[in-house]
Amino acid sequence: MTTAWDKLRPYGMVAPAIIIFSLFFIYPIFYMIYLSLFDWNFVSPTKSFVGIQNFRDLLTDADFRKVLSNTTIYTIMTVTLTTVLALLLALWLNRKGILHGFVQGAIFSPHIISLVSISLLWSWLMDPEYGLMNWVIGLFGFGKLAWLSHPGTSLISLVIVAVWKGVGYNTLVFIAGLQSIPGDIYEAAALDRSKPWTTFMKLILPMLSPTIFFLVIINMLGSFQVFETIAIMTQGGPINSTNTLVYYIYENGFRFFKIGYASAAGVILLGIVGVLTLVYFRLLSKRVHYR
Amino acid sequence: MAKIELKHISKKFKDETIIQDLNLTIKDGSFTVLVGPSGCGKSTTLRMIAGLEKASGGEIWIGGECVNDTAPGLRDVAMVFQNYALYPTMSVRGNIEFGLKNRGVAKSEREALVNDISEIVGLKPHLDKKPQSLSGGQRQRVALARAMVKKPKVFILDEPLSNLDAKLRNQMRTELIQLHRRLGTTFVYVTHDQVEAMSMGDEIVVMNGGVIQQAESPLKLYHDPANLFTAQFIGTPAMNMMNIRDVRGLGLTAGEQVGFVGFRPEQAHIQEAGMIGDGYKLEGEIITRESLGAENIYQIQSRTGIFFVKTFLEPLVEDAQVTVVVPYDQLYYFAPNGERLRGISARAAGGNVT
Repeated sequence: MTTAWDKLRPYGMVAPAIIIFSLFFIYPIFYMIYLSLFDWNFVSPTKSFVGIQNFRDLLTDADFRKVLSNTTIYTIMTVTLTTVLALLLALWLNRKGILHGFVQGAIFSPHIISLVSISLLWSWLMDPEYGLMNWVIGLFGFGKLAWLSHPGTSLISLVIVAVWKGVGYNTLVFIAGLQSIPGDIYEAAALDRSKPWTTFMKLILPMLSPTIFFLVIINMLGSFQVFETIAIMTQGGPINSTNTLVYYIYENGFRFFKIGYASAAGVILLGIVGVLTLVYFRLLSKRVHYR
Repeated sequence: MAKIELKHISKKFKDETIIQDLNLTIKDGSFTVLVGPSGCGKSTTLRMIAGLEKASGGEIWIGGECVNDTAPGLRDVAMVFQNYALYPTMSVRGNIEFGLKNRGVAKSEREALVNDISEIVGLKPHLDKKPQSLSGGQRQRVALARAMVKKPKVFILDEPLSNLDAKLRNQMRTELIQLHRRLGTTFVYVTHDQVEAMSMGDEIVVMNGGVIQQAESPLKLYHDPANLFTAQFIGTPAMNMMNIRDVRGLGLTAGEQVGFVGFRPEQAHIQEAGMIGDGYKLEGEIITRESLGAENIYQIQSRTGIFFVKTFLEPLVEDAQVTVVVPYDQLYYFAPNGERLRGISARAAGGNVT
């Protein structure tokens, strides 16, 4: 005989998780979508319904378009540079040696430092007058750069910081990927007269493709949501040259108190991140598992 | 086709010496099997021939050419790996023709070669599949095809059958023997399985501790082992060995040199009542009986320790206490250092020398 308790028990077991998840994940998302249809300043007791006016405003707003293009450029540059650099480093570090171990530890350490410290550190390194970066490029005969304080270099400066922080973790994942390739594959290739470049292009790279794919998506999701470095180092400036999506949402919501407008931008970010995640899982289910 | 010569080869990994002063000639067109327990240096030797491992000292000659500084791909050797080492990103066809592509073989010729080879190893219907979707036996064939298609001077096989199940292993064993006949190429084969070695090789190199114990034809190895190690390594069950101190009732010429006396399980007879056999007699109690149909294997506890007796096409002996007779001419003698002693004859102590 199944009692009512038998039937209810499973639901009871998962209820705490479901409640927390709904309260802190599902509800905010729907509330954000709801708010995006209103004009509200955060303190007024009444919200006025405006329909899709916020979205219309967003799409005609030159600033928002600039923000979108900034975010896209930032993401493409960060992801490409991080992945390529990490792969090259991993190929070099994928062996045992005192130097290799040291370098691996050194490039990984930024990953465990808080972004606030990193932002402050790099603000100082990139100081146009006294910064170490200008001194370093001066050694190679280059003139001083304004780094964060010039619209032409500010975004790439932020990319440098992101790559510096992310490359260690990416390298580590690549090394793990490389180590999962059995050694006798390289030997078989050597006996087949395969040149190192051919071995890399025809065997190593395809066998690493699941790893590459994983890192690209993870990095893209992270880059699209960049916030801390911008909030601390540039506040979106100069002249909006580093304003990105999340910072734009923060500014509109919590500085200009245009809650409805910020929520609409949030919905668009949710859409972009959602599509990326969907692509990831779609391809993940199809990806080849090489053994 | 090529003769392989190893001259004063040594191999060290850091401070550890794996192989010291190894000399071996592998005859052109032979099927040579390197056999020995794990860690005896057989795989290392093989890998040095292939060029995957550099010798710390000595010279390796393949087909009259010193290949010490020749890259693996240019030695004209093909290798079949224990785990097949197929390229998972390529189809079966891609795997087979990768070596040809790297040699710059024209497309039409490549296709013809791949077709021929896949016909021989029976992979024709699977050419466009990825190795992951093949069975163990099929993967093995891909590995073989990939090696064969290059028409190498030397075939190197590193325990290629150890990942297959027993039935498939037997089948592939026969196929490899036939393949060797057909190609006539020098085969160098590594295994730890002495049955595999005996059944496939026409020349067997027994190794232990980085030293060649004996290099002979299978039958010679079985009937005329050069030392204690080979005697006990070849044959199932292994040769029974007795310390001379435990041997009673055996009169030997030059007996003072002898450290151990051995006999093959299949040369001993279990004496039945009333039968008088001439030879060395051992009494003991049968502990286990293994009946494999055509043959029976007895494990017998005697005063001198446990030994085995193997009989063929005879009814299973049910007695608990038995007397085992070993003809005097079937006894093998070894010095205390394991060296084989020849020309020793035996008789019953106090009786006549046979």
